[in-house]
Amino acid sequence: MDTQTALDIALKLVAITVAFTVVLLIVAYTVLAERRVLGFIQGRLGPNRVGYGGMLQPFADLLKFIFKEDIVPDKSTRFIYFLAPVVATMAALMTMIVYPFGPELRIPFTDIVIPLTIARLDIGLLYVLGITSIGVYGIMLAGWSSNNKYSLMGGLRSSAQMISYELALGMSLIGVILLAGTLDLAQIVEQQSGWHGTRWFILFHPLGFVIYMIAAIAETNRVPFDLPEAETELVAGFHTEYSAMKFALFFLAEYINMFTVSMLATTLFLGGWNVPFAEDIFGRGTFLFGLVSAIGFILKVIFFLFLYIWLRGTLPRFRFDQLMNFGWKILLPFALLSIFITATLIFLFPNL
Amino acid sequence: MLVLLFILFAGMAIGCALAVVAQRNPLYSAISLIGVFISLACLYVMLAAPFIAAVQVIVYAGAIMVLVVFVIMLLNVEEEAHRRPRLKFLLPVAIALSAVLIAEVAFILVSVQESRITPASGSADVGLTQSIGSALFTRYLLPFEITSILLLMAIVGAMTLARRGGLLSGNDKTRRD
Repeated sequence: MDTQTALDIALKLVAITVAFTVVLLIVAYTVLAERRVLGFIQGRLGPNRVGYGGMLQPFADLLKFIFKEDIVPDKSTRFIYFLAPVVATMAALMTMIVYPFGPELRIPFTDIVIPLTIARLDIGLLYVLGITSIGVYGIMLAGWSSNNKYSLMGGLRSSAQMISYELALGMSLIGVILLAGTLDLAQIVEQQSGWHGTRWFILFHPLGFVIYMIAAIAETNRVPFDLPEAETELVAGFHTEYSAMKFALFFLAEYINMFTVSMLATTLFLGGWNVPFAEDIFGRGTFLFGLVSAIGFILKVIFFLFLYIWLRGTLPRFRFDQLMNFGWKILLPFALLSIFITATLIFLFPNL
Repeated sequence: MLVLLFILFAGMAIGCALAVVAQRNPLYSAISLIGVFISLACLYVMLAAPFIAAVQVIVYAGAIMVLVVFVIMLLNVEEEAHRRPRLKFLLPVAIALSAVLIAEVAFILVSVQESRITPASGSADVGLTQSIGSALFTRYLLPFEITSILLLMAIVGAMTLARRGGLLSGNDKTRRD
């Protein structure tokens, strides 16, 4: 191994560490934001005692999780019981590496160019879908290995739901692939930079965007699709028997999944890091352009995270048969229709 | 570096494959099989075929094995009791068949080594999505379409079996809405 490859590997490791730290911090504050915003919606305050306005609450929660007693059910399948939270968190974190957080960042007064994406894959989108589909196992195995009927029911429900909505999710992305002609996420974002940075694919594929958002909420098991952990029916669903840090891992995985799903929505439909008119003001390739674009990307993602919290404060939960009927009889046909419409558009106006 | 990675993933694949056969608990076998698929996908990536790797993970690990695990969980198959195998005559048959398989692999290895034909140097984009897509929809269009018709037939067949009384009899009483 010569020094160049060693340097490359070291750079990648640094990039991965930075990206994971930033994302985990944002995720930690999403939890706080959720509690505060829910409090606002429900006419109460929410946690505001630890630090200024509750700013240190995530760390207090983390300490609590670490110091709690770790209870393992007596009749659980030990190995799989330990494996499940690891699989869930790992699958959630692994998709992080393909998203373009921004264009190349040129450090001022030097020639150093930092790409704001860890790995640029030719099959970026497929990679995301593949890793997401692995994430189901975490929940399934957790439900099974706990040896608890509520956990099992929660795991079964969750896997059925995730398999069903994965179809609609994949279908809603096909329109974007048709428009972009590539699976490389960086190129998909590049293609949305026309029209002064407003040529977003949501304009050509609005139905697909709506279907993607619905399916994505179902994929992440959030309200109104949070049947796997419906308290009134299943205690706490698949993680009933999990305590302390292992529960925290599931909790973390859920919020990371929310974050990555929001990032995918931003990348594919809302133009990724393209900020309208940023190119005209700062000029392409400058340091400020890169910075503004990256901040724009994060702001769009935060908008989606807020949407999630907003939905949780607003909507009631589906019934299970309603969920399945909706997924298979409404969402899937409409997803097919959206592919048809987008394909026709591309055929009629090839230089759209 | 590449050799190290190859040994790692190949070892993982072989180890998981042995575990599939050796485990008594069906769920452990299923999980080991997922491990086999994932390490195979890693090997595909090393062979510069990322598309195949992604499809391998999505289709096998993400879809088919989920169903298998689902069924095992639903049936709650107990751990197989340690009993003497009833079908004893299968043992020599298995050994003979695996010997044939190993002989085939060895023959291929030897014949590839001895042949003087240099492998066609594929262009750099041989494993990429675009080249696979254009090959599928131009040169191999007919097999591709036939495969899709086969899959459609399988779906219709599954539905016919699942609905008691057959698809065409219009017997909707068994449906629960």
